[in-house]
Amino acid sequence: MSILVDKNTKIIVQGLTGKTGTFHTEQALRYHGTQMVAGVHPKKGGESWTGSEGETLPIFASVAEAKEATGADASVVYVPPAGAAAAIIEAIEAEIPFIVCITEGIPVSDMVTVKARLETSKSRLLGPNCPGILTPNECKIGIMPGNIFKKGNVGIVSRSGTLTYEAVFQTTNAGLGQSTAVGIGGDPVKGTEFIDVLELFLADDETQSIIMIGEIGGSAEEDAAQFLLDEAKRGRKKPMAGFIAGRTAPKGRTMGHAGAVVSGGKGNAESKIAAMERAGIRVSPSPARLGTTLLEVLKG
Amino acid sequence: MNIHEYQAKELLKGFGAPVAKGVAITSADEAEAAARQLPGPLYVVKSQIHAGGRGKGKFKELGPDAKGGVRLAKSVEEAVAHAKEMLGNTLVTAQTGDAGKQVNRLYIEDGADIDRELYLSLLVDRSVGRVAFVVSTEGGMDIEAVAHDTPEKIVTVAIDPLTGVTEADVARISDAYGLQGAAREDGKSLFPALYKAFVEKDMSLLEVNPLIVMTDGHLRVLDAKVSFDGNALFRHEDVKALRDTTEEDAKEIEASKYDLAYVALDGDIGCMVNGAGLAMATMDIIKLYGKEPANFLDVGGGASKEKVTAAFKIITADPNVKGILVNIFGGIMRCDVIAEGVVAAVKDVGLTVPLVVRLEGTNVEKGKAILNESGLAITAADDLDDAAKKIVAAVG
Repeated sequence: MSILVDKNTKIIVQGLTGKTGTFHTEQALRYHGTQMVAGVHPKKGGESWTGSEGETLPIFASVAEAKEATGADASVVYVPPAGAAAAIIEAIEAEIPFIVCITEGIPVSDMVTVKARLETSKSRLLGPNCPGILTPNECKIGIMPGNIFKKGNVGIVSRSGTLTYEAVFQTTNAGLGQSTAVGIGGDPVKGTEFIDVLELFLADDETQSIIMIGEIGGSAEEDAAQFLLDEAKRGRKKPMAGFIAGRTAPKGRTMGHAGAVVSGGKGNAESKIAAMERAGIRVSPSPARLGTTLLEVLKG
Repeated sequence: MNIHEYQAKELLKGFGAPVAKGVAITSADEAEAAARQLPGPLYVVKSQIHAGGRGKGKFKELGPDAKGGVRLAKSVEEAVAHAKEMLGNTLVTAQTGDAGKQVNRLYIEDGADIDRELYLSLLVDRSVGRVAFVVSTEGGMDIEAVAHDTPEKIVTVAIDPLTGVTEADVARISDAYGLQGAAREDGKSLFPALYKAFVEKDMSLLEVNPLIVMTDGHLRVLDAKVSFDGNALFRHEDVKALRDTTEEDAKEIEASKYDLAYVALDGDIGCMVNGAGLAMATMDIIKLYGKEPANFLDVGGGASKEKVTAAFKIITADPNVKGILVNIFGGIMRCDVIAEGVVAAVKDVGLTVPLVVRLEGTNVEKGKAILNESGLAITAADDLDDAAKKIVAAVG
């Protein structure tokens, strides 16, 4: 098992015809044959897309048409910021079960609207401003570098893309490998939170331990820690290591990610680390020791 | 992006919010004419800088007994005297840091007779993904202290984006303040107007501290702080025009031209990293090994060679930088592009400090080869731990 995506997941690409969409679709197709099945472009319906090694995909004028024709159950959005929210809403209206938005820089107010639409929908959104999701040897949606993964049993969830790669790389080097790696994204308003992914990892038999990587800003890590404490009382618990980025970040400054800011006295690293440790997560002081910290936890 | 108080008030006035009459000036010569445009007999002279705590702030150049950055005047002459003393001097507040900020602009405003001071802000409440009013009867205070000491005095009212501010929302806010009579009537138009301004202009923060009930029973926006969502500026030319670059760090302005996320810090190890989380983590690990980072710099996902070169130049232009750590884990970002950018920048601006480069991910072998073949004095690192140790040791 894995979570959210596997070898059967069929994916359409919104924003396939751009440079970014093209590059990462090629990478996905070459990653154990991830089932990228179509692209969507309002003005290029009926045309086709060709990758640099001659791979071709049909292009449809709308998400609904693409879903109808291919039976896709997931969509990945590479549309630039100004049009990204509209693209997500189109996928919601087409009842795509799983939408992954990679786009960085979407106005927060657009995401507030998207979030309200999601609440009454049949869709789950991952992102935006995230690296996507990858189940080793089966399915790669988004921009994670496939070559650092190894099939295994660590579930990884992170707000940061590049720190996801660190965790993947280090667990590969530690010989553990991954069940699924999920980047939930660095924006303040997003589709999937830590709790949603942790719930899935706790329920997944293949996932035997978890790495959770947070950063300053908001209270999602504290909320997740409370969730883990509550679940542990019901006997659901897995060994966990963690990391929080931004201990040295100055207050009141946004650190790259729109959501990474300590404001109004909330969202600092210390409070998150304390909450995670209370929930039984071994929090590494160094981002270079995610893999070794998890190994220590597993050895008990 | 932040704006000045006088700009925020002008903006809110356009949405129908009650603000005092006021005039912004940049030289003391304009002070008298400005004050004479106001009804009097009470005037307020307010420093316009992008930092809070102005009232309790102190001017560096003036004695410790001199008044702060927001002053009351009971005559035109007194207002002019204050303006002369304040303009051009450096105001140090709890938010400016020790260096303070030069006051290049004042706002002279009509005074108000205050009955009660309230707190109001609008922000995106990320726990529910909605815009929310944060209201408290404890106006004029540091809201962080209120939140810490008496959290029960803060009420949050989240707004459904599909309905906007409802009558029930307005009633909840008014009840939280205990508003009655004219003030309660004023709230029925003010609260929806502030929400409209927040959403239409893509604000990230709108803080009115204090919102006052005047002795005549009406509400007035006495102070206003507005920040905008940088990601939405592309659709607000009018907001972009309000930017005051003299309030910003020169290196940060240069970085923004290249769409680089850069924050200047006080340490001496310059960092160039891809990804915000990894950039923060790189700062953290430098600190873990005993040194301080000189900056946060995320070159982003789709960085070109030109962008990397620009980033490198911004780091080397900082006189505090005694060593540079480049840390790249390529996903979108390809290691060969980073390597080419670094080599081009070093050839262009020279290298007078130690440089440690750690590359991993997409096209890593190509990237390493480019660095090796460049013949430059670049120290390669195996992983993040190794990179941090090497740069800290090199800087000494």
